[in-house]
Amino acid sequence: MRILAFSRRNDLEVLRDPLNLFFGVGFPLILLLLLTAIQANIPVALFEIGHLAPGIVVFGLSFMTLFSATLIAKDRGSSFLQRLYTTPLTAKDFILGYLLPILPICIAQSVICYGAAVLLGLEVTVHLVASVLFTLPVALLFVSLGLLCGSIFTDKQVGGICGALLTNLTAWLSGVWFDLGLMGGAFQKIADLLPFVHAVEMERVVLRGDYAGVFPHIWWVAGYAAVVTAIAVFAFLQQMKRQ
Amino acid sequence: MDAIKTVDLTKKYKDLTAVDRLNLTVRQGELLSLLGVNGAGKTTTIKMLTGLTRATSGDAYLNGKSILTESAAVKKMIAVSPQETAVAPNLTVKENLVLLAGVHGFSKAEAKDKAAELSDRFGLGEIANKRAGKLSGGWQRRLSIAMALISGPQILFLDEPTLGLDVLARSSLWDMIRTLKGKMTVILTTHYLEEAEALSDRVAIMKSGRLLLTGTPAEIKRRAGTDKFDEAFVRIVKEGEA
Repeated sequence: MRILAFSRRNDLEVLRDPLNLFFGVGFPLILLLLLTAIQANIPVALFEIGHLAPGIVVFGLSFMTLFSATLIAKDRGSSFLQRLYTTPLTAKDFILGYLLPILPICIAQSVICYGAAVLLGLEVTVHLVASVLFTLPVALLFVSLGLLCGSIFTDKQVGGICGALLTNLTAWLSGVWFDLGLMGGAFQKIADLLPFVHAVEMERVVLRGDYAGVFPHIWWVAGYAAVVTAIAVFAFLQQMKRQ
Repeated sequence: MDAIKTVDLTKKYKDLTAVDRLNLTVRQGELLSLLGVNGAGKTTTIKMLTGLTRATSGDAYLNGKSILTESAAVKKMIAVSPQETAVAPNLTVKENLVLLAGVHGFSKAEAKDKAAELSDRFGLGEIANKRAGKLSGGWQRRLSIAMALISGPQILFLDEPTLGLDVLARSSLWDMIRTLKGKMTVILTTHYLEEAEALSDRVAIMKSGRLLLTGTPAEIKRRAGTDKFDEAFVRIVKEGEA
């Protein structure tokens, strides 16, 4: 009950912020519509709906870091978290209470994005369901990044770091907007060492039904998710001690 | 049994001793105000008693439970209304109350009942469905105290509950705090001396981490040789400097 009460509160705080709804759902949908319209007039393979939709889904998930980090940083900045530290909630309750409620929001966001893609011409197959399920490790990565950033930055810093830097990193280094092969060199090497392009590629192959193709991408995504989650838990516990 | 008993409670931050061998006793059902100028150690004392920070040495017992070795039991019997307004802004008044009942382990039905009871008791019924972030400072503070009370604490810590409020809102909160007297032990920190005098059974004055004096407001005035409480406070703190 304790963790459920805390999780429900975190869900409501995120979902009742109109800016979150705009950036979490509205913005990815606008991009999907805009790029599909461009594709209709000037056909580009990169923006074909089957290729574009997985990229938009991953890009949309990057905003979850902002939502999660803002929530935690604001709680830390006000006395709200301090109040909760004096209740029987344990460190485990706090960490799970911040991580878990955002995951269903991530799934809902992916369903909405893929649903919009279907309306724009994406073929309905069973692989769509698998694609939504495969967003889970990606979602965990972004939500854990939120826990990490929310534990070490103020809410103003979070706005800059997660709202501007991370979403741009995800956009530029994921191969959603352009083929990374065209850039080549160091740019592509850096992109390959980060999880974003692997998250998009994993989604793309799953949507095509090429399940063998998820390797090695899933290892990159799951590996980053595991490491970031471990660091985030450590950072949260450290700030808890400081409070 | 005393509600609170501190034994040489000390907190050091590197070279700074924030609280220095504090020995303080608070009786059951008593409202005790902790007074002191900035840096006196009031907030650090509250933080140690509520488990937010660990004592460097010494210990404190809340209804016989050690803050060092029985912190889980201590957390079950206390509640805190922090200095800043600590409410969830996007949740309604009712949802904030239900949340606090939930994190104290009450079932959904119990949490709703308790929220309704507290809303009635403190006049929050009319604004029960308003978002907490949209309320005035006075109503947020009222909600904050109601949230602290929802678990039925035996010991309540009120940290600067009326800071920054206008006269009417402050008067209204004083009435609210008076209704708690005798029903639970209340520790109040405040910078408003008239507040301490009006509400407290006893007052403890701290300076530079040390306890200078405890007594009823009348005893403190008598000790300082004045009939004005603020003058008495200033004299005692200045004596403490000497």
